[in-house]
Amino acid sequence: MTINLKTIKHISKLSRISVDDKKAKKLEGDLNLIFEFIEKLNELDTDKIEPLTSIAETTLKFRTDEVKSKDIRNQILKNSPEKNEDFFVVPKVVE
Amino acid sequence: MSEITSQTLTELVKNIKQKKISSEETTKAFIERGDKSKILNSYITEDYSSALSKAKNFDNKPNFDFKLPGIPIAVKDLFCTNGVKTTAGSKILSNFVPTYESTVTQNIWNEGAILLGKLNCDEFAMGSSNETSFFGNVQSPIHKNLVPGGSSGGSASALAANLTPITIGTDTGGSIRQPASFTGTVGLKPTYGSCSRYGIVAFASSLDQAGPMSKDVKDCALLYEIISTYDEKDSTSIDFKRNKYSNELSNDIKGKKIGIPKEYRVDGMPKEIEDLWTKGIEYAKDCGAEIIEISLPHTNYALSAYYIVAPAEASSNLARYDGVKYGFRSKGENLIDMYEKTRSEGFGAEVQRRIMIGTYVLSSGYYDAYYLKAQKVRRLIKNDFDEVYKKVDAILTPSTPSSAFKIGEKTNDPISMYLNDIFTVPVNLAGLPAISIPAGVDAKGYPLGLQIIGKAFDEQNILDIAYAMEEKIAFKNKITDWWIK
Repeated sequence: MTINLKTIKHISKLSRISVDDKKAKKLEGDLNLIFEFIEKLNELDTDKIEPLTSIAETTLKFRTDEVKSKDIRNQILKNSPEKNEDFFVVPKVVE
Repeated sequence: MSEITSQTLTELVKNIKQKKISSEETTKAFIERGDKSKILNSYITEDYSSALSKAKNFDNKPNFDFKLPGIPIAVKDLFCTNGVKTTAGSKILSNFVPTYESTVTQNIWNEGAILLGKLNCDEFAMGSSNETSFFGNVQSPIHKNLVPGGSSGGSASALAANLTPITIGTDTGGSIRQPASFTGTVGLKPTYGSCSRYGIVAFASSLDQAGPMSKDVKDCALLYEIISTYDEKDSTSIDFKRNKYSNELSNDIKGKKIGIPKEYRVDGMPKEIEDLWTKGIEYAKDCGAEIIEISLPHTNYALSAYYIVAPAEASSNLARYDGVKYGFRSKGENLIDMYEKTRSEGFGAEVQRRIMIGTYVLSSGYYDAYYLKAQKVRRLIKNDFDEVYKKVDAILTPSTPSSAFKIGEKTNDPISMYLNDIFTVPVNLAGLPAISIPAGVDAKGYPLGLQIIGKAFDEQNILDIAYAMEEKIAFKNKITDWWIK
């Protein structure tokens, strides 16, 4: 399978990472190399194999859902690139 | 008494407990050496003044019941430290100050340790040479312009250069063991679920594990015993009976069965690695172990499966960096444009490449062909290990297919960089513990490591084997302090 520039643009959109033509060209080359390497897996017949979805394979424990951190709103807001009173500010989304 | 900074953790703890040295003297010694070693670029953030005041506080009211009484320690900048900047080596987190502490670091502060600072690493732990860090390359103290390995490259460099007595790293595909091997130090990747992932910047959640890096096996056992705890804040943390690993450490490994997997004899492996492995087998025999030839038939597919699973999980984990609630933000014409520019400018090339791979293998129409396929191959790899562990207690392999390389040597070829992890990746896919110990040097004098892989939760066993072999190998790391004028 070959990944072309159109696919690169599509993945970049899904990833929310903007790529210009130069970067797309470079990614096209790199990704094709990497997928050639990855596709080695097709040599294996895995039809009857169960996928390994969790390495720990234990049942998840239950715990009470309670708030443990107190009054950290200001500390958290301090990390925000732009804030207004108690809110995070983003570019306008509603016209 | 030898110089403070060149002592092992065990020696430092003893000397502090016997009041031969104070925490302040110890902390000062590491800071002074750190100041002379800036060219290595091991640190991203130094927390020296706070470290000194904590050391003074410790000396005023010492508690010698602690396992790490007033011991200054620098940690990989992937662990969130409350109130101290945590970057994961990325521009996108370059101004992020956590409001909480990772469980693993909290465990070491609870035993009296003091934070010296945060150590450089590959961006989001994606790399094998510490060259993808937004904060620049790290130099290996072994030789000028040599990579320390990665992703825990700052940790390995700082440890080998005596800037910290021990350190903690994280290992997703070899990020503790490979840099340990490159710098002549000891590194343990614990069983998945042994150390809490809470508060560690996530890369690939089903593979990530924190682990100790140290100058010898005894220190490694002590640090592992402290950081491995059950934690309800990590839903994959496992509640199993943990040993007092350092107390129970034993060099008696007579009769242990050690497997030698033929598939690790890869094409083009340098003769030096082959010889090191043969020597390792002899050392194990000298210790009384029984050597058994084994086969792990799917080894050759591990790296391909890894480069589906890890990027897939990374693309999902890194979706949170959107420039809204924390971290770097770029200006955009609208919300989507802001997201796209923030992520394009905030992530480096390797991270973007992996997010793209991950997004693609999870995207509609490709999930079964790639992600599901990789999970099935992951099962086959785990089955290989389950099968051989019916016959052997542990497995011995080289840690890496080569010694450390020059800065810039492999940056243009992603595949040759990925091949660095060929011996370490299967362990992460199977969730097993493995330790790398220094075992010799190549013709250039660069360190080479041997890896001992254990059964799940059998850390004591591989620590014991490593301890016994360390004694036979008697490796001495030759650091010339070339960077100190």
